[in-house]
Amino acid sequence: MTAVVEAGALSAAAERLRRLLSRTPLESSVEVKDLDLPTLEVGPESWLALAKWLRDEPECRYDLLLDLAGVDNLRRRGRETRFESVAHLLSLTRNEHLRVKVLVPDAEDPVLPSAAGIWPAADWYEREAFDLFGLRFTGHPNLKRILCHDAFVGHPLRKDYAPGQRWMFTDADMEWPEWTKQTDERAGHFETQTISIGPAHPATHGIVHLIARLDGERIVRAETKIGYLHRCFEKMSETHTWNQVIPFTDRLNYISAMINGIAYVRTVESMLGVEIPERGRLVRTILSEFNRIMDHCVDIGANLVDIGALTSFWYYYQPREQIYDLIEACCGARLTVSYVRVGGLAIDVPEDFDARCRRLLETIPPFLDDMERLINNNRIARNRLQGTGVMTREQAIAWGITGPMLRSCGVPYDVRRSRPYDFYDRFDWDVPIATDGDNFSRYLVRMEEMRQSLKIIRQALDILPDKGAVSSDDWHVVLPPKDAVYHDMESLIYHFKLVMEGIRVPAGERYEWVEGANGELGFYAISTGGGGPYRLKVRPPCFPNMAAFEKIILGGTISDAIATLGTLNVIAGELDR
Amino acid sequence: MSGPVSSLPSHASAKSGVADFLTTRVEVALAWARKNSLWPFPFATACCGIEFMSVVSSHYDLSRFGAEFVRFTPRQSDLLIVAGTVTDKLAPTLRRIYDEMPEPKWVISMGVCASSGGFYRAYHVTQGIDEIVPVDVYVPGCPPTPEELLHGFLELQKKIQSGEKSRDSRSAKWAASQPV
Repeated sequence: MTAVVEAGALSAAAERLRRLLSRTPLESSVEVKDLDLPTLEVGPESWLALAKWLRDEPECRYDLLLDLAGVDNLRRRGRETRFESVAHLLSLTRNEHLRVKVLVPDAEDPVLPSAAGIWPAADWYEREAFDLFGLRFTGHPNLKRILCHDAFVGHPLRKDYAPGQRWMFTDADMEWPEWTKQTDERAGHFETQTISIGPAHPATHGIVHLIARLDGERIVRAETKIGYLHRCFEKMSETHTWNQVIPFTDRLNYISAMINGIAYVRTVESMLGVEIPERGRLVRTILSEFNRIMDHCVDIGANLVDIGALTSFWYYYQPREQIYDLIEACCGARLTVSYVRVGGLAIDVPEDFDARCRRLLETIPPFLDDMERLINNNRIARNRLQGTGVMTREQAIAWGITGPMLRSCGVPYDVRRSRPYDFYDRFDWDVPIATDGDNFSRYLVRMEEMRQSLKIIRQALDILPDKGAVSSDDWHVVLPPKDAVYHDMESLIYHFKLVMEGIRVPAGERYEWVEGANGELGFYAISTGGGGPYRLKVRPPCFPNMAAFEKIILGGTISDAIATLGTLNVIAGELDR
Repeated sequence: MSGPVSSLPSHASAKSGVADFLTTRVEVALAWARKNSLWPFPFATACCGIEFMSVVSSHYDLSRFGAEFVRFTPRQSDLLIVAGTVTDKLAPTLRRIYDEMPEPKWVISMGVCASSGGFYRAYHVTQGIDEIVPVDVYVPGCPPTPEELLHGFLELQKKIQSGEKSRDSRSAKWAASQPV
């Protein structure tokens, strides 16, 4: 198969990094490469020094750790070490992404230092890499399993772990945090007590588990346990072909399923270098904006249920049902759509697509108006949401938070604006931000985002061509039309090859990112030239949100914690994968 | 009053056409009352939970069948709707919730993940909740449409009326292997 062609000259961004690095003592230990992103390779011994430099150097300022993925190179040629820890960084000031690979030499006991002291967001990501790959991060504050259960044996994402090997788990195997077993000496006049909320609790929306120590009604210590919906997405993607992964992506963030699929196929398409017709890309844009509206409806609605407003939840469900009708007309499914394909869409949209969308543009705004009238000046909603769950701008960045959560702290980072994909740079729309960083700000940002989405949809509909293909005509990637398959040999062969072997994606790696409904949704794919991914890591936007939860709620009351959990927009399918 | 009249033997007065008395067995009357006043506990873990929300919300309206009173405590509910994937990590919780529900109780397994693990044939996913709890009605689909869940619900009502019990040898074995 085709090997990765290393470009002789570095891109401007990579060259700049190399020049900056050459002024530091790190120069000899860091290798600068230029893949889809500027990539640095470093050994574990220099990793912490490099991380600190990347964060603090005024000309770099990689202040937001987006993602940290383990990689097992057991069946991948051309890599020096078996294990790698791949971090993706974002510089908000420079609007640049960067990849740093830490090559871990010891295959038996892969050890590297923890970066949790530099980017607090690394805490959970490193636990995940420990859980799934057995990477041991020295100096990590709490290196325990996070996704798999406590009785699990082995590290499932290693290549020599059989995908179906399960382990029995019982209540007795559950490991509680050490501090739950001791009484708190420093407590005031109240006796402290430890409570456990979840995993099956109505306020957790999906399955998360909060263990909190209360002093009176104040939370003095908290720990969140996740992984109750760990469905092994990443392992499953390694055993399926590129197109077969699409249904799995729908079940990551199932509230806005289509955005996941689009982010995923964009990753594969950019690896293939395949071009999608304008009409196909516009349909994707329109439907992903509708998905964003659905997502915000459920998120706000469910949050309001938690603070006692059941009516608004039923009310918010109406636009959602109407959008379901549109999506069902397009692809036959309501929730988990599997509508995108690598190279375009599964089928064309119905003839009345334009009319249906425009009808929705008419019916949704009155709902939003009504909701704002019900909530914005509602005394209960204001009291419960305003001033609770507060997060400062610096905290949000350190915790790796993106999306509406970050924008409600006053940081206008929106992928659709910072790196416009599809046609987002052609449309006239605004990035709503708020400055208080509390639950009410998040509510306001989401409400305004829905209106902006409608604005985008209207402009996209105006330029949507009536006729034309929605998929590429590269038959190495897209299935040829059924009629041609029946009548000409060549198409039949393409069809056969695609179905039996899958798309052949050139060897290499890629990180593609879009604006998901709750933050930057990225897919990091590694191909070795086979019909399926060698490794697929999703950067779940709600993962850092959930990691921050136990820090946000400290000092607040339990009822504030419940109101906060709703605004984090945590979707278990994406959180646990 | 189509429900009771069709399921219970009754005598109608020839003149008015109105049932002025009826005879039945206690079990039949009890089953009729039970099937029309189910209190579901939504054990919603994943995507199916979102479709379950559609079913209880105003568009599809589960309350038409007497089950609008969704309870979030197992001690007040008699119908466990498992909506979504159950992982090995969650399995003990599911069993505990089932055990806390008072008799008589029924279980609907909503969606293929709950029924068989679905397409997650993987290291952390329970391959069907009938490993853990006895299931009365399996609803296929990924996720099932609201109509499918309503159909499953009607099937359960029939089952309750007929007094049929589900076989639970597999899950009983699982429960016996758990520490007390």
